Amino acid sequence: MRVHEYQAKSILAAGGVPVPEGRVALTPQEARQIAEGLGSSSVVKAQVHAGGRGKAGGIRLVSSPAEAEAAAEAMLGSRLVTFQTGPEGVPVNAVLVEEALQVERELYLGMVIDGAAGGVVVMASESGGMEIEEVAERTPEKLLRVAVDPTLGLLPYQARRLAYGLNVQRELVSPIAALVGDLYRVFEDHDCSLAEINPLVITRDGRALAADAKMSFDDDALFKRPEIQRLRDPAQEDHLEAQAREHEISYVKLDGDVGCIVNGAGLAMATMDVIGAAGASPANFLDVGGGADEDKVAQALRIILSDSSVSRVLVNIFGGILRCDVVARGILMTAEAMPDAVRPMVVRMLGTNAQQGREVLAGSSLDVTLVDDLGEAARAIRAMG
Amino acid sequence: MSILVNENTRLLVQGITGREGSFHARRCMEYGTRLVAGVTPGRGGMAFEDGVSVYNRVDQAVSETGANASLVFVPPAFAADAIFEAVDAGISTIVSITEGIPVMDTVRVVNNVKDKGVTFVGPNCPGVISPGARCKVGIMPGAIHLPGRIGVVSRSGTLTYEAVGQLTGLGIGQSTCVGIGGDPVSGTSFIDILRMFNDDSDTDCVVMIGEIGGTREQEAAEYIKGDVSKPVVALIVGRSAPAGRRMGHAGAIITGRAARADEKIKALASAGAAIVPSPADIGNTVQEVMGAAKL
Repeated sequence: MRVHEYQAKSILAAGGVPVPEGRVALTPQEARQIAEGLGSSSVVKAQVHAGGRGKAGGIRLVSSPAEAEAAAEAMLGSRLVTFQTGPEGVPVNAVLVEEALQVERELYLGMVIDGAAGGVVVMASESGGMEIEEVAERTPEKLLRVAVDPTLGLLPYQARRLAYGLNVQRELVSPIAALVGDLYRVFEDHDCSLAEINPLVITRDGRALAADAKMSFDDDALFKRPEIQRLRDPAQEDHLEAQAREHEISYVKLDGDVGCIVNGAGLAMATMDVIGAAGASPANFLDVGGGADEDKVAQALRIILSDSSVSRVLVNIFGGILRCDVVARGILMTAEAMPDAVRPMVVRMLGTNAQQGREVLAGSSLDVTLVDDLGEAARAIRAMG
Repeated sequence: MSILVNENTRLLVQGITGREGSFHARRCMEYGTRLVAGVTPGRGGMAFEDGVSVYNRVDQAVSETGANASLVFVPPAFAADAIFEAVDAGISTIVSITEGIPVMDTVRVVNNVKDKGVTFVGPNCPGVISPGARCKVGIMPGAIHLPGRIGVVSRSGTLTYEAVGQLTGLGIGQSTCVGIGGDPVSGTSFIDILRMFNDDSDTDCVVMIGEIGGTREQEAAEYIKGDVSKPVVALIVGRSAPAGRRMGHAGAIITGRAARADEKIKALASAGAAIVPSPADIGNTVQEVMGAAKL
């Protein structure tokens, strides 16, 4: 789960990580008031769950409270389109108004759970403001990495090693090492999956501050963290994805026109690839899950059929715990409830009660092509294209 | 001999009185697995089936039944504790089916077991099956498997069934099938399983199924290049997945170039693995590779 920059910064500040002075504003007037408290110049930053805000006009340096108000006025209520969003963009419902920093240097500091290391890896680099993947690719020697032993936590020498590795002035080594330690504690205490300060700014007056902050939380640990769950902003999510989440269906909206319903995440990705190999492109990723019942399958199809870009649907079920006849009846429930929305379907069922499932569909009035394997499914999808 | 589970496996199911635990414990028994005990704290003394008792504690179950493997169905919030208990009781093979364990819990478990000679498979996996030994320690449908000489290792559940279904459909049997799980951190890596299959005299060829996210496939590629003498057939799914979006599995998210499907495919191909062109061609590719190797 992601949160906004202003929320991440308030978590960081509570954990002792220095952040710029500032506050979130929901109206242009509030933005003006906050800017008045910050002196003449300030920065107005659109609060959206997407990177690339700067280039998209979502970050404005202003030189008076009146300009801050005008910038907020322009941003609030608009949709911001960045390289990370779709063409429809994401809504800006809040702006962060902050002190304008006199930047001396921009560094990078990030923490992530790394499968290869089997734990948390702390990364730092002198090339702040750039995407870390880009740094890793272009100048791997400039990326400092420290793996944390989960029983020991981040040790002070590891934090110092990173601080020295960043080639900062002597007086800044201790504050930066402390900041690294504080960020690690925040990461651990909140079950983060990612915490990134990019850039970590060194100001001309010698302060080290989190000028931007990005945090993601382990979805599987949210049950322990009601205070984090409350920070969720459904307005930033695709409405179909939000609807799917409510029904505990794993769904991701994609750009293509072939809707798919699958059981299991791996098989769902494989199904998307089969669609791709057939020269078409998937409209979504969808895993109904192992323990699905008829209602859940019906809900899954309802979500697929609510997507206007879907022209045909591929259902691919390998019955195990989930029985194919249950899936078939779930499909019929929705098809009967919304007959005008139904699109042609290709259905492949294998495993538990596959024959019964196929009979249920074959005996219905639905436009269904029943296939036996993935190769046939691909050919059927291509034939409909 | 197959790997990880076989005729000598004496299985204990943790969480045996729950809905999933009891359902799958019975399926394992029906398949032929020697289920010797169950553990659910507070339900000790209950009989699960004839000759299968439920215990309050794992150490008790081990000392009374000689259990040497555990299948864990305990809910996410308590799963790590259950695994620690199994490790402490001397269980040597632990398979965790549970999906949704907080990743830091898994990190602590994996760190704890690493120097203890314990094999921890999962979490969020379908388990392990050795068809020739009629031993199933997991939730996979037993009937689709066929005894044979192909090893299967995968990060996924139903996609593993798909692969097995294609193999069995062509009359190609399996020595052991292992699901290592779809979480960002897992107890057993591709490399661990590749090493076991390479050393197993009953396995001729390995099918490896990976997906987007992380770099475990690249590490496996390095290992294949240097240390695996048997043919490896590899499928990587998620070619059509966009960057930055989690595809169901908590670990399936493209966070950088190396996490992409094409990068993984490139690494595996250059390590000498035969690449499955589309998920529809898993069985065919194995058949071709075996034909070429005269197996």
